[in-house]
Amino acid sequence: MTSFQSVLFEHPEPGPAPDRAAAPDYFGDLHLDQVLDALTEGREQYELAPFFHAPLHDADAVHYRHEVLRDLERPEVHEVVVAFARAMQTMRDHLATVDKLHYRLQKESWFVDAVAVYCDAVEALARGLAGSGPESRALRGLADHVAAYLESDAFTSLRSEAGAVRQAFAEIHYEVRINGARVTVGDYEGEPDYGAEVEETFARFQQGTVGDYLMKLHDLADMNHVEAQILGCVERMHPEPFARRSELRARRGGYLEETIARFDREVQLYLAYLELVGRMREAGLSLCYPEVSADSKETAVEETFDLALARKLVAAGETVVTNELHLRDPERIFVVSGPNNGGKTTFARMLGQLHHLAGLGLLVPGGSARLFLPDRIYTHFEREEDIETLRGKFEDELVRVHDILERATTRSLIVMNESFGSTSLDDARLVGTEVMRRILDLGALGVYVTFIDEIATLSATVSMVSQIVPEDPAQRTFKVIRRPADGRAYAWAIAEKYGLTYDRLIERVAA
Amino acid sequence: MKVFLLHPDRDVEIKPELRDELLRAMASGDLMAIVHARRDWERRHGDEQLPLPPVEDALARDLELDTLWQAMAAGDEFVYETAKRVVLSSLHDGDEIAYRQAVLRDCLENRDVVRRLYELSVQALTSERSTISLWRGAGPDVVLRRSVQVLRLYMDVLRQLRDVADEQAGGFRSAGFERFFRMLRDELSDEYVQTVSQRLDELEFKHGVLESARLGKGDKGRDYVVRRPYEQRWTERLPFRNRGSSYGFTIPSRDENGFRALEELRGRGINGLANATARSADHVKSFFGLLRLELAFYLGCLNLRERLDAKDEPTCMPTPAQPGGYELTATSVYDVCLTFHLPDRVVGNDLDADGRSLIMVTGANQGGKSTFLRSIGLAHLMMQAGMFVAAESFRADVTAGVLTHYKREEDATMTGGKLDEELRRMSEIADAIAPGSILLCNESFASTNEREGSEIARQVIRAMLDMRIRVVFVTHMYDLAHGFYAQQLDTALFLRPEREEEGRRTFRLLEGEPLATSYGQDSYRRIFGGEPDAATPARRGRRATVVEGR
Repeated sequence: MTSFQSVLFEHPEPGPAPDRAAAPDYFGDLHLDQVLDALTEGREQYELAPFFHAPLHDADAVHYRHEVLRDLERPEVHEVVVAFARAMQTMRDHLATVDKLHYRLQKESWFVDAVAVYCDAVEALARGLAGSGPESRALRGLADHVAAYLESDAFTSLRSEAGAVRQAFAEIHYEVRINGARVTVGDYEGEPDYGAEVEETFARFQQGTVGDYLMKLHDLADMNHVEAQILGCVERMHPEPFARRSELRARRGGYLEETIARFDREVQLYLAYLELVGRMREAGLSLCYPEVSADSKETAVEETFDLALARKLVAAGETVVTNELHLRDPERIFVVSGPNNGGKTTFARMLGQLHHLAGLGLLVPGGSARLFLPDRIYTHFEREEDIETLRGKFEDELVRVHDILERATTRSLIVMNESFGSTSLDDARLVGTEVMRRILDLGALGVYVTFIDEIATLSATVSMVSQIVPEDPAQRTFKVIRRPADGRAYAWAIAEKYGLTYDRLIERVAA
Repeated sequence: MKVFLLHPDRDVEIKPELRDELLRAMASGDLMAIVHARRDWERRHGDEQLPLPPVEDALARDLELDTLWQAMAAGDEFVYETAKRVVLSSLHDGDEIAYRQAVLRDCLENRDVVRRLYELSVQALTSERSTISLWRGAGPDVVLRRSVQVLRLYMDVLRQLRDVADEQAGGFRSAGFERFFRMLRDELSDEYVQTVSQRLDELEFKHGVLESARLGKGDKGRDYVVRRPYEQRWTERLPFRNRGSSYGFTIPSRDENGFRALEELRGRGINGLANATARSADHVKSFFGLLRLELAFYLGCLNLRERLDAKDEPTCMPTPAQPGGYELTATSVYDVCLTFHLPDRVVGNDLDADGRSLIMVTGANQGGKSTFLRSIGLAHLMMQAGMFVAAESFRADVTAGVLTHYKREEDATMTGGKLDEELRRMSEIADAIAPGSILLCNESFASTNEREGSEIARQVIRAMLDMRIRVVFVTHMYDLAHGFYAQQLDTALFLRPEREEEGRRTFRLLEGEPLATSYGQDSYRRIFGGEPDAATPARRGRRATVVEGR
């Protein structure tokens, strides 16, 4: 066998897997819990949360994942993996049915189906991987592993035994006559289809589509005793395939190969994320592979957005506003000010998300991105439900900020939002400036959302301002930039808006 | 068996935008479905009409089509709904129009026979009520029993239809009716009727049911199919003649679950057969449904004609011209909807606009401009439905579509500004319109100042003309109208209301240069009884192309 073990980690750590990783405490502040919920919806069984909780700190480990994602973005590779995952799910469903059922013959039938699905899935995976030529270290390793497994005796014998049994069963075509209480079972002898004769008689009246009167006869996986008796008759008519099937189940209980099972789970993190990426891209948004570095703090992201918010807006069919952000040495901190509800908090959250997602080795929101891999992310968001006195709340905030500054290093990312809003302007200005100075001294990266303009004037900061529509202050753009936009002449703008200028009309009518 | 009375080669074809639940119910012939579709609509929308898509909705409002449909319906809701959809689903081919015109002529000459056919279709559809009804959860057995009953009733009406064909076909000359009657005679022979009756008898299964099956998932039986036994009486005793290897069992008489299971098993086989039988019944029902639907349109035409005859208003079969020639000639074309609101006959206009792609109408309010615009739209629409039109003669291009853009009164539900609303509607038109259409505009873009309105209108008109769309534009905007007049286009025709001495209005239109003043002075004179101080002398238009209607 080959050395491949995991599609997420090139060198899985010995000892306990990172499965135990709990959510970092900034998770909720950054709305990453919402992103995780979106990813795991319908995928609960794979237990993906631990993987999503634990960012990597090494550029090569990030690249290992980027390679896989790039492979999976190619439709031919993606199809192969998705089909495999779907088949494995079907197999598990079959096995669950085996456990639920009561009649032995039924259990055996579902078991053989599960084996057949598994064999097909593994073969299709091997064929698909060979055919689509993945380039990532992980998927090449997996391809080698699966190819070797296919040649193994364990697999080939499993495959041929299950195939033979299923073939024999497919050939059974029987007939039941019901006359009063008497039931007779025999083999089908080619009598004509009655329904077809009726349809033919009335064929001349065919008028397009009509209703469907096929009753939904609720069909349980289970059998009643009459069905079981009929099946018993069929078994007596064809004893040999039934015997072979029974023997197969007794002998082949543990057929599932361990590395393949692990791949089936781990690759779901990628598939889930790419699904989300796909939805965002359909809505016209960009996500990209960030250039990551554990050394340089130069930061540049174009057309980026808050992934959690965008997910909701896209689902509701609303527009998502994108922003850009740049930090050039020696700049370290974004200071965001401007009107309320103008996208300031979203901007701060976005910066945190970008770094967490980049650390996970995933694509990040944006047309292009260059990001630092922090050792740790710290967030400080105002706790809204705090009903303490102002003084108590202010002190509480100070304690938490102090705690962050104690633990943060020069390699950390600090996201401060609306801090010190619960004290007097003078106090806020004083403390805010002081905290800011300490973050700057630390050399950490960060964003600081504030209503205090002065903080934006400190060196090594970049001032960002949330924008409103000049003519209509009630309307927000959710753009956080440095310059306001300007308007246009009303009537023409509106005609253009409706696509009713000469040129647009010619285009539209011709279309 | 196809009705094909509205199109030579297909069932009634309604524009996709107008194919709603109600139409499906009407075409299926299912009376309950019609009731449900209506009730469902009322539950959700109260008294409102079924909604039309935006472009058709504008057309209906602007041309007051509801009046036309009401006249066609003469109180029959089914005819109303049919007329509405067929009138809005224009034909675009001269031959198809001719096909329908011929069928309509037959109808006008054989009114009683056509009404009899309609009644037979309704009789067949209502007969279903006398059979057992399907309840929720009724098994395949019930479906089968009922379908057999229904089919027996339908066969009875089909025989009556064939009798009508045998007796009356001679009085019909159109290709549509000739084919229809021939089909009834060919397809419903005595021999066929006999075969059907035998089939229906067999479906009662006096000797038990034989079903084939395979082993599916979890060894459950699947693909149950009811089989016709090779030899009924013999197999009764020896079900499987070629093999000794058959096994069996008998359900003990006290095993109720066993009998229930057996019944269910029988149902699995019967299911497909019951479906086939029920679908057959539905197909026959749908034949009656379509017959009723297609005849309902012609019935509507008969009703309309009778109303117009009673007022002594003229009608004619129009002449559809090849698309793209910009032909449009009419004598005494009048507003068929207006006439139902007036005690007297209405004023018609004569028009010779052959070769003119732009017709621009300017001038006084109350001068008959809107009525004229509506009469042109209605005539096009009725011609392309295969109907007679309200005129003494009418000849025009078969258009790709009739679209309207009228100034709207303030609307309480309106969001955004008035200009916004007008532009939104024009934008909907831009999405729907195709080259070869005719666009009727009434005071479009008058909701902003004249300079801006003119500029937007100019762009729209130029673009439409360049896309081979005929535009009839009624406007007050002198800047706009005169701009086009100054270009001296051969392809443009300018009309304005005739103004007789004393300022009395005749509601007729004449060819003439757009005038800078509207006839506000007329109103002034009417109300104040004297000349306004700065009256502008109006130049009389040339009375050549457009003359008095009657």
